[in-house]
Amino acid sequence: MAIPALAVPALAAGFADPVHDAQRSFAAVMRAMSEPGLPVPLASDLDPPAPLSREAAACALALLDYETPVFLDAALSAAPAVAAFLRFHTGAPVVDDPAAARFAFIADAAALPDFGAFAQGEPDYPDRSATLIVQVSDFGTGAIVLEGPGIKGRRSFSAAPLPSDLPARLAANRALYPLGIDLILTAPGGVLGLPRTVKPVMED
Amino acid sequence: MNAPVTASSMPAITYNFAYLDEQTKRMIRRAILKAIAIPGYQVPFASREMPMPYGWGTGGVQVTAAILGADDVLKVIDQGSDDTTNAVAIRTFFETTAGVATTTRTQDATIIQTRHRIPEAELKAGQTIVFQVPIPEPLRYLEPRETETRRLHALADYGLMQVKLYEDIARHGHIATTYAYPVKVEGRYVMDPSPIPKFDNPKMNDSPALQLFGAGREKRIYAIPPHTQVVSLDFEDHPFKVQAFKEPCALCGATGVYLDEVILDDKGGRMFVCSDTDHCSTRQAEGHTGTMSAPYQEAAHD
Repeated sequence: MAIPALAVPALAAGFADPVHDAQRSFAAVMRAMSEPGLPVPLASDLDPPAPLSREAAACALALLDYETPVFLDAALSAAPAVAAFLRFHTGAPVVDDPAAARFAFIADAAALPDFGAFAQGEPDYPDRSATLIVQVSDFGTGAIVLEGPGIKGRRSFSAAPLPSDLPARLAANRALYPLGIDLILTAPGGVLGLPRTVKPVMED
Repeated sequence: MNAPVTASSMPAITYNFAYLDEQTKRMIRRAILKAIAIPGYQVPFASREMPMPYGWGTGGVQVTAAILGADDVLKVIDQGSDDTTNAVAIRTFFETTAGVATTTRTQDATIIQTRHRIPEAELKAGQTIVFQVPIPEPLRYLEPRETETRRLHALADYGLMQVKLYEDIARHGHIATTYAYPVKVEGRYVMDPSPIPKFDNPKMNDSPALQLFGAGREKRIYAIPPHTQVVSLDFEDHPFKVQAFKEPCALCGATGVYLDEVILDDKGGRMFVCSDTDHCSTRQAEGHTGTMSAPYQEAAHD
């Protein structure tokens, strides 16, 4: 008896070496968060369904599990294979309400949602805030100048595409400290951390 | 993937790399990322039972296990020493369960787990130092209720701590706290630096290394990112001062380092030697001598 071919495409594979690939991905993210604005190399051989990038997928597989509700932006929600990939490999519940999410994945960085939509933490528990993982296409230096813990003096970075009011939004996020959200930018080959402590330096 | 652990008389037991299961590591890793994002704030985490008693560094061990990679080089010290029970046990634990390289040289290590000291050699960018913490809450002896201390941190209300330091001055004429001396991180959170001597407090300020703190029994993780402002609490008229030692190390002649007192006999004989054994032996190998150095050094037979 012939078995009918399955209509769904094959699920993309997870980490080839789950223990060490997860550790390497986490180590890159930890370095990025402890040195904000510094692009940190992150090699990933994942081949996740578009538009999820392989670096964002590596962050997801390293950090998500059944304890972490995850929010996907419109671009990622439009591709059901992304939610299926994350559900299968991490077991994380995909939620529609951004305020309920511990992690949020943003593929359309130019349409970065308002930070206020996400959990900001509570005065007694500022750690109960969302981490946004935002896919950009490129890192550079220059445009945005940062100060804060993890930075000796000042450090500048640029990333595209991002909304032009990002410095103002980072400053507003910093004003809530110790509350606020934390950002991890991913680009091909690397990650860049923007924890809530970063203070954008506004010129003139 | 898994490091096999074998003993001749027992069936082969395999543990996951660095002992902890992957879900536990993810939970700890998420706590570490939040701790880095909120320097000095104590992030609660679901501390696991470890194959060693509470008080022996279960918090530090869990943090180290969560960040350790196959390429890392691990150094473990206990009160500055690489060869005391706690340090040897934890170093062997990770050699066995993770198969990572270990060292006693501060400069060669990528991860340094420590109980109650910061090495004398300056730490470098890229290094991570993991502190074992018994009581992470600096206000705990002043306010026993967790609900209250949490609220005091939320309000940045640290008057209690200033009163405690003032009472030291009123009673002793100076701030008598000599270890676990409270610090303020980035002008916001007051933090227990773990029971390091206050001699080591200035090393935490603007350190190029990432500093992570794990308290296993109390289930808290906190962090200081590199180049973060860490200020020891004090008063304008009673500024913070570190301990000073009258004599240099009796074995390597080092000054400006933290010394341990060693009792030599029951007639009052004693010597002061470097607490950091790696620093002391490095200096001795370089030819530095102290008042009690051996008169000659036998050639090493390799």
